[in-house]
Amino acid sequence: MSMTTVGLAHYLVVSVVLLCLGLYCVLTRRNAIGVLMGIELILNSAGINFVAVSRYGSAGFDGQVFAVFIIMLAAAESAIGLAVVLGIYRRMRAIDTSRLTTLQG
Amino acid sequence: MTAADAMFLALAATAVIGAAGVAFSRHILYSALSLMVALFGVAGLFVTLSADFVAGVQVLIYVGGVLVITLFAVMLTQGIQNVEVSNRAVGSVAAGLLTAGLFVVLLRAMSSAQWVKPPADVPTQTSTYGIGNALLGQYVLPFEVASLVLLAVLVGAVVLTRKETAE
Repeated sequence: MSMTTVGLAHYLVVSVVLLCLGLYCVLTRRNAIGVLMGIELILNSAGINFVAVSRYGSAGFDGQVFAVFIIMLAAAESAIGLAVVLGIYRRMRAIDTSRLTTLQG
Repeated sequence: MTAADAMFLALAATAVIGAAGVAFSRHILYSALSLMVALFGVAGLFVTLSADFVAGVQVLIYVGGVLVITLFAVMLTQGIQNVEVSNRAVGSVAAGLLTAGLFVVLLRAMSSAQWVKPPADVPTQTSTYGIGNALLGQYVLPFEVASLVLLAVLVGAVVLTRKETAE
């Protein structure tokens, strides 16, 4: 493909960048909410991949349907994740993941 | 460079800068607001991929829902005063090396993959009609399972956040 017009590769590069930034966020953050934000970035990069491949691969809506499912699951995940974080905060007065060591042997 | 290319570049830069803000910001509130920028950028990228329905869903659910409850959680779990210290990042060197390695590996895999040649001119069609048909036709079972998941999430979130009563 030529580099002058935007194609599948450009979207995939953006998606890879988002994935790496999200992974970095998940690995380095010690605030549980920050970790959840990193997960949102990773899920978004997967959504870009699905929609881009569906656009440039075959005509059809399979990729877009999957992107909608991803967004739905991300919303569910973040609702439950934040409910868990709030529960942990109420019990232990902290959401710093390095201080939540109750289960550590 | 055509207008479409310029628009793609602007939206991609928005998404990437927002994501960088999420990953590197020292302030959890700034991270949350950067997440909003990134999500809007991704929604714009969906529009450039002629996936207008997905873009609308992205803005409605992510920016309108997920981001708001994220901000709620930020506000509820710490005083505004000590927000700055609450976004601690550790092990950045190891994580940076790991992430950079993954980045290189993925780019290598991308450039060596045998991609399907895209058709010369993909017709753009309105996506809402097609997605609606797909959701109620081919994907009706996942669709119903998704509604079950959402019900479980609803009940689970209520159970997790309600006040504990004395036994």
